[in-house]
Amino acid sequence: MQSRAVWPLLALAVILIVDGIISPNFYDIRIVEGRLFGNLIDILYRAVPTALVALGMAVVIGTKGIDLSVGSIAAISGAIIAWRIQAGDPHGLVLVWALAAAAVCGAWNGALVAGLGIQPIIATLILMVSGRGIGMMVNLFYGGTDPSFQSAFLQGLSTGSVLYVPTRLFVFTGLFLLLWVLIRRTALGLFVEATGGNAAASNIAGVNARLIAFVAYVICGLMAGWAGVILTADTHTSDPVSVALYIELDAILAVVIGGGSLAGGRIYLGMTVIGALVIQTLTTSILISGLPPEYNLIIKALVVLFVLVLQSDKARQGIAAALWRRVRQ
Amino acid sequence: MTFHKLFAASLSCALMSSAALAADYTIGFSQVGSEGDWRPAFSKNMQDEAGKYGVDLKFANAQGKQEEQLRAVRAFIAQGVDAIIIAPVVVTGWEDVLEEAKDAEIPVFLVDRDVDVDDKSLYVTRISADFNLEGKLAGAWLAAESLGNCKIVEMQGTTGSAPAIERKSGFEAVIDQFPAMEIVATQSGDFTTEGGKKVMEAFIKSTNNLDGICAAFAHNDNMQLGAIQAMKEAGLKPGKDVLMVSVDYVPAIVDAMKAGDANASVELRSAVAEFIYPVITDYLESPKDLDKWIVIPSDLHKAE
Repeated sequence: MQSRAVWPLLALAVILIVDGIISPNFYDIRIVEGRLFGNLIDILYRAVPTALVALGMAVVIGTKGIDLSVGSIAAISGAIIAWRIQAGDPHGLVLVWALAAAAVCGAWNGALVAGLGIQPIIATLILMVSGRGIGMMVNLFYGGTDPSFQSAFLQGLSTGSVLYVPTRLFVFTGLFLLLWVLIRRTALGLFVEATGGNAAASNIAGVNARLIAFVAYVICGLMAGWAGVILTADTHTSDPVSVALYIELDAILAVVIGGGSLAGGRIYLGMTVIGALVIQTLTTSILISGLPPEYNLIIKALVVLFVLVLQSDKARQGIAAALWRRVRQ
Repeated sequence: MTFHKLFAASLSCALMSSAALAADYTIGFSQVGSEGDWRPAFSKNMQDEAGKYGVDLKFANAQGKQEEQLRAVRAFIAQGVDAIIIAPVVVTGWEDVLEEAKDAEIPVFLVDRDVDVDDKSLYVTRISADFNLEGKLAGAWLAAESLGNCKIVEMQGTTGSAPAIERKSGFEAVIDQFPAMEIVATQSGDFTTEGGKKVMEAFIKSTNNLDGICAAFAHNDNMQLGAIQAMKEAGLKPGKDVLMVSVDYVPAIVDAMKAGDANASVELRSAVAEFIYPVITDYLESPKDLDKWIVIPSDLHKAE
């Protein structure tokens, strides 16, 4: 555990140190409009949607699956919010609707993967490509010309603050603990890892591998739904075309940076959050760096490569051996 | 001989009557997608007005992907439409499919964004607003308003897209005339509210609460609306502490201008079918060389 956690944390530290050099007041935190305010707060604040999606992704990847449809699920739950608010539902109920829709999406993926045995990458691709269209259709239920809304409750969850701390950090912490208890304090986590490790063997051992996989996709859908709630309430507009675009890639990356293997059989919830923080720190750093936006993706790719090389035992041994040879010569 | 004449006469007669009865022309329109507020309004206007000009419009939404768009254009060519309208996702990568349309003798008209091809004969003309002019208008308003003394933060559109490139260069062309006007920070907000909000949050930190910043220029209103949210959450007063100028003039920015949160927006007309269809139908009736660019006029609106 300890050695595995070192490398992503080291990468995070390196990025933060570089930030301090680029922008001297990078670490400043002060209180503005009754809440903490600063780059470090921004990183935590902006990392929440990616981290939520990545946690759900970590569970699905634990079953040796993958969910490409998380961005589309976020778009659908966002569209449901705007639609139900326009329809005049109480805002607590709107939240329930949005999450219910996300759970249904997750159940759909689960049914395709666990029920019909379709390969996860293909099964979830279906909702990935159609989900944003579904979101736009939901927008059309009320004309769709102005998909913006006002909601003290939902905007409070996303952009509000309690005791100077952004509310969404509490939402995130609550969901993280809930998931952690579910995975680590019940047998579910063990079953998921067993299913991912060897589905046939765990079936023989009495684990209902298909049911476990189904549950994993529902959990992933729900987490993506929460990300959709946070993102949609942030701009208080339903924008199914671009909300959470490519979030599935960042989520998968966060899981991998956190030490998860796409071969399944392992879930590292805490490390996945670190992975999401690495990605968001990088994104925020690029925004404040003042470099032309043309370089954004190249820099991101290079830093991700650096992090993954750091994590690779083979690469580290190779580099160490090469350095050692040079020293001896 | 007589049979030939008769046949030709009846054929032309049949053609004329069918033309009078049904739509005169079948036109394929490959649209970028339905992002933001402007583009859906533009698509709707094109679809609503088609009948008025005797056009049967085949509409294809590319969902922001060029592959999708290339597929749609090839489908139009296969269907043998009379003309193709393309609103390109990006400026590059169009040579092959435009060659195919030319080989099939189907005239191509560009709307909205431009394409970057060496052989300009691959398309008839581009009918669009001038993104460069929009940038210049925004810059000119800002120069007048700030008396030529202004530090600016800029939210760019999607990197590499024509409106982002052109609005930036038009804006810079004007402010370069004023030595005390300068863009101190620029980033891409991808034309979305979410993107604009994230970028402005970062600007607020990197410029110490927009200290000394006199204006925010956004390549579209959606990003500016996100920036307004970010500034308010940081306790700043958009429209008062900082001049807010953007492009599109969507309903939401009109509301923001009324509330005093935004100062000016350059209108990008969404009701442009009246500028586009007549050019195409005239061309199909009597093909002739047109200017490579027919400009749809733009206006700048100021908050009262």
